[in-house]
Amino acid sequence: MAHHRLSPHQYLILAFVSVSAPLGDACLSRGMTHLPPISLAHPSWLIAAVFTPWIALGIALLIGFFASYLTALSWADLTYVLPATAFGNMIVELLARFALHEAISWQRWLGVVLITIGVGFVAHGPSLTERPALLQGAEKELEAPSFAQSLEAAAQLEEETTR
Amino acid sequence: MMNSAPTPGFWAATAMIAAIVLASSTGEVLTAAAMKSIGDLDEIRAHSGMKGAIRAVVTCPLFFAGVGFLALAFFSLLFALNHMNLSLVAPASASLTLVANAILAKFFLHENVDKRRWTAMILVCIGVYFLAH
Repeated sequence: MAHHRLSPHQYLILAFVSVSAPLGDACLSRGMTHLPPISLAHPSWLIAAVFTPWIALGIALLIGFFASYLTALSWADLTYVLPATAFGNMIVELLARFALHEAISWQRWLGVVLITIGVGFVAHGPSLTERPALLQGAEKELEAPSFAQSLEAAAQLEEETTR
Repeated sequence: MMNSAPTPGFWAATAMIAAIVLASSTGEVLTAAAMKSIGDLDEIRAHSGMKGAIRAVVTCPLFFAGVGFLALAFFSLLFALNHMNLSLVAPASASLTLVANAILAKFFLHENVDKRRWTAMILVCIGVYFLAH
């Protein structure tokens, strides 16, 4: 497997993937616990809940998470991006300990350490599976070009015609 | 309103967690396959702007199949939470989804899941389990 390294901009997107999901969940949780219990008899209350500040903020963060998650999947393997999403839980634990001064049990600290080691393991490896050149050539003949490849070809054609 | 439903048996609980894991893993693998078929979104955005990037994503049928399975996973999670404790459902589904994703990514996305990634997945699984307790 050849080493495929990420740019600082791509690491920034992965960092946003890690942080936005747990922060979004935390905002939803905070918003929902401040509302009176909602029963199935009044489902419209759930729609009203969407417009409360904490839940609206949570939804905005989760939309941001999904957009950055999709972007990350377009240039990195799923098995590379997934540990990054788990890294977010660790950030929440650290925030809970140092910003909210919550007590963290030793089991949770152990969890934090294990996730950090796991993410470190993946981060030091390649981010994308590289196909061998021979196989890649055969795949290119068999597969239709991706949207990005089509755009590149169109741009090249346009350049040639303007010359 | 407090939920007074009886605690489900072993097989019912296993079926609920299996439903979350299967729907979630299928959704994530389909979404990943969709994004691989579209290509680098940063490049698309550089060529044809944000609208072009959004158009590339929303015109891909695999993406909608993935989102459909992710929605199914979300409702399976809500159903499971209605019958079981969060402290059981969250770590069990999160850890098993990570392992299932690694297996599916190896066989369906042909990702090179080497020893390094397997070790990382197992460490993250155990870590998530400890965090949830």
